[in-house]
Amino acid sequence: MPGPAPDERMRPSGRRNTQGIRIDPEAEATHEPRMAVLSALVKHEPGVLSEVSSLFSRRQFNIESLTVGPTQDGDTARMTIVIEEPEPGVQQAKKQLRKLIPVIDVEELESAAMRRELALIKVAGDKPDDVQAVAEMYGGDAVDASKDAVTVEITGSKQKIDAAIEAFEQFDVLEIVRTGAAALERGSKTMDSTTMESDN
Amino acid sequence: MSERASIPKRDPEEAPERENGIEAVESGSEAIIAALEQAGVEHAFGVQGGAIMPVYDALYDSSIHHITMAHEQGAAHAADAYGLVTGEPGLAMATSGPGATNLITGLADAAMDSDPMIALTGQVATDFVGNDAFQETDTTGITLPVTKANYFADHSDTVGDDVSEAFALAREGRQGPTLVDLPKDITKGETDQWPKPPETPETHDEPSEADESAVEAAAATLSAADRPVILAGGGVVKSEASDELRAFAREYEIPVITTMPGLGTFPETDDLSLGMAGMHGTGAANMAVTNCDVLLGVGTRFDDRLTGGVDTFAPDASVIHVDIDPAEISKNIEADHPLIGDATRVLEQFDEAMDTAPDADQWREQCQTWTEEYPLDYETPDDEPLKPQYVVETFDELADDDAIVTTGVGQHQMWAAQFWTYEYPRTWVSSNGLGTMGYGVPSAIGAKIGAPDTEVVAFDGDGSFLMTIQELSVAVRENLDITYVVLNNEAIGMVRQWQDGFYEGRRMASEYPWVPEFDKLAEAFGARGFRLEEPEDVEETIQAAREYDGPAVIDAIIDPAENVFPMVPSGGDNGLFALNEQHLEMI
Repeated sequence: MPGPAPDERMRPSGRRNTQGIRIDPEAEATHEPRMAVLSALVKHEPGVLSEVSSLFSRRQFNIESLTVGPTQDGDTARMTIVIEEPEPGVQQAKKQLRKLIPVIDVEELESAAMRRELALIKVAGDKPDDVQAVAEMYGGDAVDASKDAVTVEITGSKQKIDAAIEAFEQFDVLEIVRTGAAALERGSKTMDSTTMESDN
Repeated sequence: MSERASIPKRDPEEAPERENGIEAVESGSEAIIAALEQAGVEHAFGVQGGAIMPVYDALYDSSIHHITMAHEQGAAHAADAYGLVTGEPGLAMATSGPGATNLITGLADAAMDSDPMIALTGQVATDFVGNDAFQETDTTGITLPVTKANYFADHSDTVGDDVSEAFALAREGRQGPTLVDLPKDITKGETDQWPKPPETPETHDEPSEADESAVEAAAATLSAADRPVILAGGGVVKSEASDELRAFAREYEIPVITTMPGLGTFPETDDLSLGMAGMHGTGAANMAVTNCDVLLGVGTRFDDRLTGGVDTFAPDASVIHVDIDPAEISKNIEADHPLIGDATRVLEQFDEAMDTAPDADQWREQCQTWTEEYPLDYETPDDEPLKPQYVVETFDELADDDAIVTTGVGQHQMWAAQFWTYEYPRTWVSSNGLGTMGYGVPSAIGAKIGAPDTEVVAFDGDGSFLMTIQELSVAVRENLDITYVVLNNEAIGMVRQWQDGFYEGRRMASEYPWVPEFDKLAEAFGARGFRLEEPEDVEETIQAAREYDGPAVIDAIIDPAENVFPMVPSGGDNGLFALNEQHLEMI
């Protein structure tokens, strides 16, 4: 005794979007990607970077930059991960990061957080004075000069570095290397103390 | 049907006296074995090899019973099934290089189903690591995505601690496979360090109890529901929450559907049971999940085989999601009420927070109507050729109530899920998430070792059976009383079904023009073989196989035209399931 055919069955009225979010017909739920700066305190041990980076690659998070370095405590390192994802993706990235065993804590930094990256820009050496002048405009320095090339160091926000690189394009840019962002929350708040609080 | 070959049966009474295990350690290997014994490990599934030899040498004097498998994949699946059946991590052991890489499928399988399991792999000595030495692979690198955590042991003094911690992590919170890679110089190295007890690391913080106000809000939503449904997943099994789930559903009279890993968490004989939902779930379960207004999901990760297309999954429903892993919340389906914690505890909290049962008489009636309208059924014109569903149903009638069913992957797996009536948790042992063909033979071995007094039935397909058939030799050697049923349609049946449905019947590489005679092959392995072709022989053959004290294989030659229905096409709408090929064309 077969029941009603597919087109004769009881049907719900709602629907969800591709992120599994129930759609309010009056306010279609859409999530534009946004930039999020995640700061992760991790154990300073071999394989951590690989564990974090492979998490991001196998879950297909759109990663903008990832930097890592030791903290004041020799046993921990801090990673700054900038991702561009819709809201559910940002939340998922944080939760997946927290699941990794060597990860001590993960926080998303506020947009006002200090974000700095460093760039080394190597340009042709025929106008060293002009290069130095442009570098100074961006608070940078020439850190190496030869008869063929000058290398300039710039530190600052992503926007500042972008602008500096654009300015250097008037010279012949030979090579650029950028570190990606390192970021810290403003004020006295620190991640270590947050961790302590949440433990209590 | 000749008698088994000359392998003597193992009488437990006459089993050789085992040593009491390790009392003091002198080497890394002894520390490893001490850690395992301390954690309560009783069985190990593995294959010997060069780099793991020191560990095996320490096992010689151990109380741990080692089962030598034919292939490391078999060891991993057996350990996985053992973990699922017992709730304690199953142990798989392999050597470096190919031994370790052969474990990968089993580790991935356990990871997808959150089954507790620990793997120990040999590794070349640390001096050689990174030099592409003989039988070297980057095992921790390769297994990173398929383990909950893995360890590269770097000191003989701490290798026992690594094993203890890996064991604890496999068992705690959201369970899963862990691995410890063991360089040969570390396992051979001297130490007198007794391993620490199995404890998870400090950074691992599993929540046990959900936030009280969140529970209250969710309970209010459920109380006010008109069309409530409980969706029970594998997390209910892992958390031992089946009793709480039953009590809760019955007290508030809420219909229950299960995911495939959730089979057995709620008795399918109960009036409130609508069976399994998803791609090959029952019509009633899929109608209920599609049309409900409040969905209480417990221990489920909303896998795509369950949800179909997410846009049409429970689209009217407020979703209450109980899970121990915060990362599962709103990963696939947004949770209106996330309740993060252990399922048993959260169900207790929920029960305390519920004011009234939802007023859902009409909804229960509707669900009952769907159960009657869409029964699991199959056509039996003259009962010939033999119908696989009939074989499963008949076996279910003959088997013990608490029999454990293990399966390979394919059509037979779905028939075993659909036509066997599950009453208890930990009686369904299958490759749910990864869908590993070949899971059947070794998983039955792991299940039987884990539950030696329980009847174990393994349904397999001819394609799946052939992938790990060599493990039959282990079932014979260990004299395990397992009944294997090969539902033989001379094809990779599920692929053929899809080719017929969605690839215009172009049966590329899915049909086997010839498969071995499995009853004879079974005899060659030293098992008992039966060939089953006629419907009237089903009962007698199954009984004969059940009564045989040792592994028996029934080669059941089934109707090759039989397909699995109901079916929701991949990414489709659960409410539009097809009951037959004509329906498939409509949707």
